[in-house]
Amino acid sequence: MRIVVDRDRCTGLGMCEAEAPDLFEVQDDGTLKLLNDRPGAPDRESAESAVLACPTEALSLVED
Amino acid sequence: MDGRFVVVGGSLAGLRALQAARKSGFAGPLTLVGGEIHLPYDRPPLSKEYLRAGPEEPEDPTYRTKEELLGELDVDLRLGTRATGLDAQRRVIPLSDEGGRATELDYGAVVIATGAKARTLPDTEKLAGVHTLRTLDDAIAIRAALDTGARTVVVGAGFIGSEVASSARKRGLPVTVLEALPVPLVRSVGEQMGRACAELHRAHGTDLRCGVKVTGLTSADGKVTGVSLDDGTTVPADLVVVGTGVAPCTEWLAGSGVTLHERDGGIVCDETLYTGLPGVYAAGDVAHFPNPLFGGLMMRLEHWTNAAEQGLLAARNALNPAEAKPAASVPYFWSDWYDSRIQFVGVPQAEEIRVVSEELGEEKFLALYRRGDRVTGCISIDRPTQIMKYRRMIMQSKSWAEALEFAGVS
Repeated sequence: MRIVVDRDRCTGLGMCEAEAPDLFEVQDDGTLKLLNDRPGAPDRESAESAVLACPTEALSLVED
Repeated sequence: MDGRFVVVGGSLAGLRALQAARKSGFAGPLTLVGGEIHLPYDRPPLSKEYLRAGPEEPEDPTYRTKEELLGELDVDLRLGTRATGLDAQRRVIPLSDEGGRATELDYGAVVIATGAKARTLPDTEKLAGVHTLRTLDDAIAIRAALDTGARTVVVGAGFIGSEVASSARKRGLPVTVLEALPVPLVRSVGEQMGRACAELHRAHGTDLRCGVKVTGLTSADGKVTGVSLDDGTTVPADLVVVGTGVAPCTEWLAGSGVTLHERDGGIVCDETLYTGLPGVYAAGDVAHFPNPLFGGLMMRLEHWTNAAEQGLLAARNALNPAEAKPAASVPYFWSDWYDSRIQFVGVPQAEEIRVVSEELGEEKFLALYRRGDRVTGCISIDRPTQIMKYRRMIMQSKSWAEALEFAGVS
């Protein structure tokens, strides 16, 4: 499973970081840093919550 | 749960309720009753990107196509249809459909997510050039007026009004914002923070006038020409946007047995968003609920994140009341003014507020809010990396001392 950020849509609102602080961090300049773009099974639920919580629908999960 | 699952209200909370119902494994009939003819759409862009100058058309704010809603979620869509009551005895919801015909829906469970409607100025409904901004149709009308280069006057320096002002200024139009209070946003963020936000207007050439009372509008040929103030002056205007708050849409529940709040008519729920009527839950802008994270403080929130979270929670709880979970969330909202982003987490009601950025001599604004010995709120302007860290501290009931230490003050 891989997390994909649509950089055109992301505005750094940080809801993903609130849902999954181990996976996402908004930077000083408002861009989003993926701390881990290939989370393991234990993080799947929080990754899915982050995708759903994004106000700009900038996140998706891709099964490789 | 036996029977039909009905969601009343076709905005974000309603959409999330539908999604959560199916995700929870509910395979029975699922009906959405939406008062607008539009499919569920995203509101935050309406006062921001949607008002940006062309030439390209603004992005369609619709969340999902009709095919996706029908396909993925197998929803019985009743758009342009209003619920006109709720009969808890017979477990039916009377409806008035697109053509004004009266029908009925039986239900096993209901999520009420009818949201709120914008307050208007009295006797201005028929006047051209006067708008509120709540719906997609409102945004289309305001965008069209901005396209003609309208002299813009915004009544109310709240978040929606201020975003409209920002969008109009970005187009280079003359903008005046009229605010009744001496400082804007005092109730939502506090006085010192309200002043910091007001500074953004001044820095971008918006004429912000506080402590002024609107006494009426002037017009010619059915079209607005200005806004009259109590000091006897009139501000000329081609477009007037009224941003003076909203009221929950709950008139249709009068006499239903649902408890309506004495002050604003919002629905009074318990911490699981249950209304007290069997099977009936509420979510989003309509719902008052005690938040266990803040000692059971009653709140009604008008935020995107709250609508999203509560829509999901209300549906889950309605389907499985025996294991209902509380709406324990840290409120979060953001607002984009000019090139700045204001972010707020927590609750504004505080015993102490520390403007941390001032103490540290930092340019970018950040303040912390205390209740008891806990950090319970944070506001920042253009500090996106910090706000969610404070949100987490509030979520984890961290102490005031820890928050100050993290901020670098003590």
